[in-house]
Amino acid sequence: MLYALCFLLFMIGLYCAVVKKNLVKIVIGLAIMEYAVNLFLIMLGYRVGGTAPIIGRGDVATGVDRLAARFVNNAVDPLPQALVLTSIVISLGSLALLISICIRIYDRYGTFDITEIRRLKG
Amino acid sequence: MSRVLPAFVVVPLVVAFILPVFGKKGKVWATLVANMVTISLLALAVACVGKTGIYEVGNWSSRVGIVLVLDGLASLMLLAVNVVAAAAMLFSVRYMEQYTAKPKYLSLFLLMVAGMNGVVITGDIFNLYVFLEIASIASYALVGFGCEHEELEASFKYMVLGSVASSLILLGIALVYGNTGALNMAYTARAIQGSGVNAGLAFAMSLFIAGFGLKAALVPFHAWLPDAHPSAPAPISAMLSGVLIKALGVYALSRLIFNVFGVSIPVGWVLIALGVLSMVVGVFLAVGQWDFKRLLAYHSISQMGYVVLGIGLGALILAKGGNPLWASLAILGGLFHLVNHAVFKSLLFLTSGSVEMATGTRQLKQMGGLVERMPYTRAACTIASAAIAGVPPFNGFWSKLILVIAAVQAGFFGLAAVTVVVSLVTLLSFLKVQRYVFLGELPEALRNTHETGGSMVTAMLFLASLCLLMSLLVLVPSLRVAVLQPAVDALVEGVNHSIRVANL
Repeated sequence: MLYALCFLLFMIGLYCAVVKKNLVKIVIGLAIMEYAVNLFLIMLGYRVGGTAPIIGRGDVATGVDRLAARFVNNAVDPLPQALVLTSIVISLGSLALLISICIRIYDRYGTFDITEIRRLKG
Repeated sequence: MSRVLPAFVVVPLVVAFILPVFGKKGKVWATLVANMVTISLLALAVACVGKTGIYEVGNWSSRVGIVLVLDGLASLMLLAVNVVAAAAMLFSVRYMEQYTAKPKYLSLFLLMVAGMNGVVITGDIFNLYVFLEIASIASYALVGFGCEHEELEASFKYMVLGSVASSLILLGIALVYGNTGALNMAYTARAIQGSGVNAGLAFAMSLFIAGFGLKAALVPFHAWLPDAHPSAPAPISAMLSGVLIKALGVYALSRLIFNVFGVSIPVGWVLIALGVLSMVVGVFLAVGQWDFKRLLAYHSISQMGYVVLGIGLGALILAKGGNPLWASLAILGGLFHLVNHAVFKSLLFLTSGSVEMATGTRQLKQMGGLVERMPYTRAACTIASAAIAGVPPFNGFWSKLILVIAAVQAGFFGLAAVTVVVSLVTLLSFLKVQRYVFLGELPEALRNTHETGGSMVTAMLFLASLCLLMSLLVLVPSLRVAVLQPAVDALVEGVNHSIRVANL
């Protein structure tokens, strides 16, 4: 169910990027797509009632076997969080470039409307 | 040998961040350093031919860490990427004098090279995405480098479609991780082999085909390429058409299909359909073009169709359990055409840049009679045109011949016929280029044009001689066994290949 909602968010972003005529709205659509994918990655590692995948000094007192069992049963998967951090940084870079190109286009053409920015054809 | 693998990424990456420091006064030094980097990477790539190995980044074991993998296919792709990078960089020495901010250009160029090398050698799916984005973002910026109306428009269009492709690929990667619990290609391959391809993985596969198809500009996804490639500076057009669409698109896709997911009949048919569509649509759109670089860009789509057709044919034969000999012949044709296209298409873009620099125009109708004014450019352009049209004895002829033989032997006579017809239309289109650019009357406005200088001619002649010499790769058995065959075997061996190389 949650995954379906996440996919819906992705499709909203795709719709926005494909249909909208305004450069900034297209960029917003792309950002929504990226958020949807990030959300999906985080949900992959989510666990109801999970704990942080960290073993503190105090935990060792409970005994290694019980500790390991509790860790396997409760800890959330840390890998997707690392992936999402990376992907957020990457999308920050591409978003910054997209916006700066939008600004340059506005300087040249004086509009954000893609129907008026059509010099290339064929 | 695997110890030098990180150098393919680290060296260009580090130098890329040092170069902008040079500023305007250090332009000469920046150019020199950048050229040294690309040439030493080329030497390193030559040294890696025929070697296999694995490098565990940061000494983390492959279970948890990232691995870099060198195998037959990776070393072939490294060779292609770095040959074209060295030639394009040499060409830029003089060509990029027309633009301001040359050190920034060199820096972006090296970032793109780092990203492509990374995509080729990585053995980790998420790491593949990271390098893919490095190369893509650098290429978006390079397409818009001129900052004029057309360049910005093309760059924006390219970026929007490129970002959609990246999101699709990342969603696919997330699905693969969710279904297999691993990101390392070998572990993923083993998990998929054990469980079979379920609905989630099949969905991931279709996302990958769409995402990497967008990056490779296969026909339903090709809209950005004819705008983006001509708008970039000529050496960048050469890099984009020559290697970027291959390393980021076809290489990554075939690596995932063959070595991670395993081939299946529907995927084989999808690849063949995409290949044939690209071949036919690309070439017919190209024939009507009068802009030199735009014409070349449409031919890139068409020639990528050949590569995908060869690989798809191999996948189909393997999945149907047909004769593996014909499968490996088809894949050989596809991969050989991939490296050939890297060389002759980048050469064609370099000659178009040389002509554009000398005459100031890209319109074929405004040129003519340049044969005496620009003899070297003319010679290079003629060789490359003959190679792309499949005229013997140049390299393009042999790869197309292999593809036709493989198609006939596997019983696909229709595909063989399409291949030959598209090749003839390509020849027609390049006869037009020769006729309008180099033969005919010299227009009054172009009386004073002259050959472009040293580094540009050197780069063109280097690639032109490769067009001829690369025929030896397939004609001389010992060279074929050393260079091409390991790459073909890596794909034919399929899922077991990545597991074997990783020593699981």
